[in-house]
Amino acid sequence: MTAAVRRAVFLVFGAGLLALLLWSFGGLPDLGHYVGPYGDLVNALTIPERHSTDAVTTVNFDVRGFDTLGEDAILFAAVVGVAVLLRVLRDEHERPRPEEDASGRRIENTSSAIRLLGAGLVGPTIVLGLYIVAHGQLTPGGGFQGGVILATALLLVFLSDQYITLRRVGPMALIEAAEGVGVAGFALIGVAGLIWGSSYMENFLPLGTTGTLLSAGTIPLNSVAVGVAVTGGFAFMLSEFLEQTLVVRRE
Amino acid sequence: MSYAVAAWIMVVGLYGVVTSRNLIHLIICLTVVQSSTYVVLLSVGYKTDGVPPVFYDVPPSPRAVDPVVQALTLTDIVVGTTVTALLLAVAVQAHKRFGTLDPEELRPLRG
Repeated sequence: MTAAVRRAVFLVFGAGLLALLLWSFGGLPDLGHYVGPYGDLVNALTIPERHSTDAVTTVNFDVRGFDTLGEDAILFAAVVGVAVLLRVLRDEHERPRPEEDASGRRIENTSSAIRLLGAGLVGPTIVLGLYIVAHGQLTPGGGFQGGVILATALLLVFLSDQYITLRRVGPMALIEAAEGVGVAGFALIGVAGLIWGSSYMENFLPLGTTGTLLSAGTIPLNSVAVGVAVTGGFAFMLSEFLEQTLVVRRE
Repeated sequence: MSYAVAAWIMVVGLYGVVTSRNLIHLIICLTVVQSSTYVVLLSVGYKTDGVPPVFYDVPPSPRAVDPVVQALTLTDIVVGTTVTALLLAVAVQAHKRFGTLDPEELRPLRG
């Protein structure tokens, strides 16, 4: 099938799909006229029942925590998948110094402006990430958002210096362990609910004072566990891709 | 109106997937398709003159929008990102094996 034919076929069926979608969306309630009871229920109960002021985090790490466990598992599976796909193949080998490969080509040094900016941003990025993870139950944020910000700090280290430094700063064993510990921790906090409460993922800890850092029972614990898992997972995938471009060479 | 936007984003993304000549471009188009679901989810939970479902410095109000669909959107984004990472890893290996990123030239039963 040539590209032109394929495009023509798609334009016909794409227009059909668009019409069907618009027709089916017509059956939904109009924008701004919310009907479901669940959102309003969670909004009304998040402070009296969970002492958490961010309803989205309450949903994520408590009310709908079991779904987040599945989400965590998807993240874990994807990280394992990337690791398997980007492993060093039989006809490849690792060359630790990428500079050696570009024969006769001088590697430009990273400009000092980028180095300074990158190095200067690493600290604030880590602080921001930790803040977002820790304040999930109070203000918008939580383990997923904060974890991604923390993994970005690693990318900044790479930008401001060589990959070799990145390997020294972010030891792979620690990153891999963080991913596993985070996912397992989230599942085990659920089991703890089974032991000290009555059901899996029950919020069994004292709820504390609304609006403080250590409030909302297991929600901040779950948030931290997810934050560790996401940081580990994203940092791992990031370094796998970097390794693929910088270190692995085909013989 | 926002549902129409979501439908449009989805079809435009699919058009990109169908006509793509580069695997990286194709994967980005797939994330465009996925982003239409964010628009649908957030539209379902929206209320006219709604306020965010965060009550740190404001008292809970019945005007707050649905937090459940917002949490679902978060799940959606995370899953989308991981799928993108996995597909990019496949693209890296495809490029290594066949020396091309053009899906036209990546015929099955070749090489």
